Amino acid sequence: MENTKYTGKTEVKKVKNKRWNKYLTAGMVMTGIAVTLGIVGFFWTPYSTTAMSAAEKFAPPSLRHFFGTDNFGRDIFSRVMQGMGTSILISSLVVFFSGAAGIFLGALTGYFGGLVDEVVMRITDALNGFPSILLTLVIISLLGIGMQNVIISLGLVFVPGFVRIVRSEFIRLRDADYIKRARMMRVGNFRILFVHILPNIFSVFWVSVMIGFNNAILAESGMSYLGIGVQPPDASLGKMLSDAQGYLQTAPWYALAPGLTIVWVVLGFSLFSEGIRRKGGTQR
Amino acid sequence: MKTCFHGKKKLCSLLFTALLVMAVLGGCADGTGESSGDNSSKESVTDSQGTASTQESTQEQEASGDMYGGSIVVGIQQDIDSLDPHKATAAGTKEILFNIFEGLVKPDENGHLIGAVASDYTISEDGLVYTFTLRDGVKFHNGNAVTAEDVKYSLERVSGLLDGTPLISTMSVITAVDILDEKTVQVTVGSANTELIYSFVAAVIPAGSGEEEGADPVGTGPFSYVSYKPQEGIVLAKNPEYWQEGLPHVDQVEFKIVGDGDTALMELQGGTIDIYPYLTNSQAQVIQDNYQVTSAPTTMVQALFLNNAAAPLDDVRVRQAICYALDKEEINEFVGGGTGSLISSCMPPTLKDYYTDLNDTYGITANVEKAKELLTDAGYADGFDMEIAIVSDYEFHMQTGEVIVEQLKKVGINATIQGMENSEWLEKVYNGREFDATITCLTSDMTPGYLMNRFQTASGKNFINFASPEYDEVYQKAQAAIDLTEKAEYYKQLQKILCDQAGSAFIQTPADKTALSNRIAGYKFYPVYVQDISTVYIVE
Repeated sequence: MENTKYTGKTEVKKVKNKRWNKYLTAGMVMTGIAVTLGIVGFFWTPYSTTAMSAAEKFAPPSLRHFFGTDNFGRDIFSRVMQGMGTSILISSLVVFFSGAAGIFLGALTGYFGGLVDEVVMRITDALNGFPSILLTLVIISLLGIGMQNVIISLGLVFVPGFVRIVRSEFIRLRDADYIKRARMMRVGNFRILFVHILPNIFSVFWVSVMIGFNNAILAESGMSYLGIGVQPPDASLGKMLSDAQGYLQTAPWYALAPGLTIVWVVLGFSLFSEGIRRKGGTQR
Repeated sequence: MKTCFHGKKKLCSLLFTALLVMAVLGGCADGTGESSGDNSSKESVTDSQGTASTQESTQEQEASGDMYGGSIVVGIQQDIDSLDPHKATAAGTKEILFNIFEGLVKPDENGHLIGAVASDYTISEDGLVYTFTLRDGVKFHNGNAVTAEDVKYSLERVSGLLDGTPLISTMSVITAVDILDEKTVQVTVGSANTELIYSFVAAVIPAGSGEEEGADPVGTGPFSYVSYKPQEGIVLAKNPEYWQEGLPHVDQVEFKIVGDGDTALMELQGGTIDIYPYLTNSQAQVIQDNYQVTSAPTTMVQALFLNNAAAPLDDVRVRQAICYALDKEEINEFVGGGTGSLISSCMPPTLKDYYTDLNDTYGITANVEKAKELLTDAGYADGFDMEIAIVSDYEFHMQTGEVIVEQLKKVGINATIQGMENSEWLEKVYNGREFDATITCLTSDMTPGYLMNRFQTASGKNFINFASPEYDEVYQKAQAAIDLTEKAEYYKQLQKILCDQAGSAFIQTPADKTALSNRIAGYKFYPVYVQDISTVYIVE
C-alpha cells in the first residue's frame, strides 16, 4: 500500500506505528473465535439445534450444556453457534453487496461529478431521510418475510453510507498530482478509478466495511427479533433474544447467551476496525 | 465517520452503543424498579378507599362475608373499537361492554342462558316465534324503566328492520317484533334455528338512542359508563339500581389498556392492575407471588389447519398421517405448560352439551409407525415438503409451529414455517386459500354451529376447502333439529366426520391464564369471552 499520499492542499504525514497494535490483536482474536464457531456451527453443533426434550427444559448452564437449554429443552450453545453463523453469513452478504454497489456508485459520482453525481446523491439523501429500520421494514413488507429478503432490504439500506464514504474519498483524490499525471498520460478512466485511486482508499473503506458489518449484525438481529428475519425453528441470535424475553427472570441464561454473543461479535469487529484504522495510519 | 475520534473515546462509545443496543434488544421487561415506586403510592390510595368504604358496609354484609365498595383495575390488551354495543365487533370490546349492557338473555358461567332484561322466554314448537316476558324493575342507567318499546327498538335496530342494515348478521332472520302487552314482546323469525336464542344477548338500549350510544352508552348492566379515553382505558361506576340483588360489589372499575407484553408484566409486578386475563405461560411463572394465577379453558380451537385442496394434502391418508404424527401432549406441555385441553375435532370441550371426545381416533401422542404406513400407502414413503403459514406476531402459534415441525420431521415430512403479517395471512391464507397448512385459533361463541358451519363444502369461511357431502347433509339436519338432544347428536356426528376425514389436525383448546390480585375475590370464569366484574369484591 502506498503510504505517502498527496492531496491538493496539504501533505499527509506518514505515520510509522511500530507499537504493538492491541486493538488489532484483540479484535482478531475475538472475531476469529466468533467466525470459527459460526462457520463450524454450519456443519456441526454439539447437539441438534432443533431437537426438543421436555425433560431438559430450562436446564441452567452446566458442562453438559454450556449455555443451558431453552423453553423447548434445546441446547442454547448449539443454537448460538448456528445463529452466529447465520448472522455472520447474512451480514457478510449484506456488506458485500452494499459495499460493491457503494464502490461503484461512489467512484462514478465522486470522480465525474456532474449530473450523475447530483442524481445519485439526491437519491441517497432521500434514502437517508428515512430512519433505516423503518425503510427496511417497508421493503420487507413489500417483499415478504424471510432471510433472503432481509439480505436484500438491508443491502439496499446500507448502500448510501458506502456511497458517501467512497465518493468523498474519490473527490479527495481525483485532483491529486499523481492522478493528474495519469490523466495526462492518457490512462483510461476505468483504470484511473479502480487501479489508481481505489487501492488508496482501502484503509478508510475497510474501516467503514467493518462498521457496516457491525451495523448489519445488529440490524439482522433486530429484524429477527421482530420476527421478520430468519424463520424458526432455525436459530438466530435476535429471535432467541425475543423468545428469551419472557423468561428473563426464570431463565436469565437464555437471554444472556445470545445477548452477550452479539456484544462479543460487535465488539470484536469494532476493535478489529479500530486496529485497521490505526495500522493504516491515516490521521488527517 | 469523518470525525476523528481518539482511540479510547471511540472504544468507550462503541462499548456503550453495544450495551445500549443490548438493552433495547433485550427489552425492558425488568423495569420494576422505577414503576413500583409510583405504583405503590397509587395502590395505597385505592387501599384506603377500599377499607374506608368497606367499614361502612361490613355491618350489613357480615353474614355473607361479602364486601362492598372500593375500586379495581382490569388490564386489557387493546383499545376498544366502539362503545355502541351493536356496532362493537372486537372480542376485546365486547368483554368490557358485558358490564354495561345486557340483552334479553345473558350467558352464565356454565355457558347456559339466563334471563336478563327478560325474566322468561318461550320458543314456539316450529321454532319461528320467540316470546319474551320482561323482568319487573329493570332500569336504564339514566333512571328510566325498561319498556317493551325499548326492547322493540333494540331488536329492530340489530336486525335491520329499522333502516335495512342488520348490525348483527345472525339477527337478520327476524321478520317482525311485536309488543303484545307492556311486559311481553314477541319476535317472529323467517327460518327456524333454535341457536338464534343465543343472539338475544344483544344489548337492550333506550328507544331512539341509537345515535348517542357511541358517545354516551346507556344500558341496564351492573356498571354504568363514566369516561373513556382512547389509548388509555374506560372507567365504569356501580349501577346502584341494578336488578340483581346485591350486585355489583365494587364502586368503580377501570379497564386500563396495558397491551400484552412487557407493559402488562410491569404493571402486574408493580401491582397496579387487579385482574389481567391474558397471561402468557412465562408471565404466569414470574408473577405467581403476588397474584393467584388461574387457568380456565377458553372457547378457542387451535389446529394445524390443512388445505384439503392442495396436493399432497388432498389425500385423506396424508392428512390422517399428519394427525397420527402429532404429539399433542408434547405440544401442550411445551407451549401451554400443560394447561390446554386436547381435542381432535373443531369443538371446544367448554360447549359441554355438544362436545364429544374423539381423542382416541389418532391418539394424543405420536404414532410414528401408523403415520409412516399411511404415507407409504399414499405414495409418499419419502415424505414431502410442506409450508406452514403462521402470523408471526402470535408467539403461541409460532412456538406450536416449532414443535410441530420437529414432530413431522420424525415421519419424514419436511415442514417449514413461513411467518407473515396478519393482513397478509388474511389475504393469502384465510381469504385466498393459497397455503399448505397454517396454525391458528378459531374462536367459538356459545352456539355449536358457529364453528361447525364453516366446514360445509360451499361455506365462504371454509378456508381449508373441506369437502364432504355427508357433513353438509348432517349439518342441515343439525340446524333444523329443535330438540336439544337430537341437535347435540347431530353435532357429535359432525365432529366425528371432521375428525375421521382429518379435515385438519386439531390440537387443543388453550387455557386462558388469568392473574387475580390477592386483594380481590369472587371473579367468575365464563366459557365465553367476557369479564364479569359484578361479582368481584375486595377482601383486604
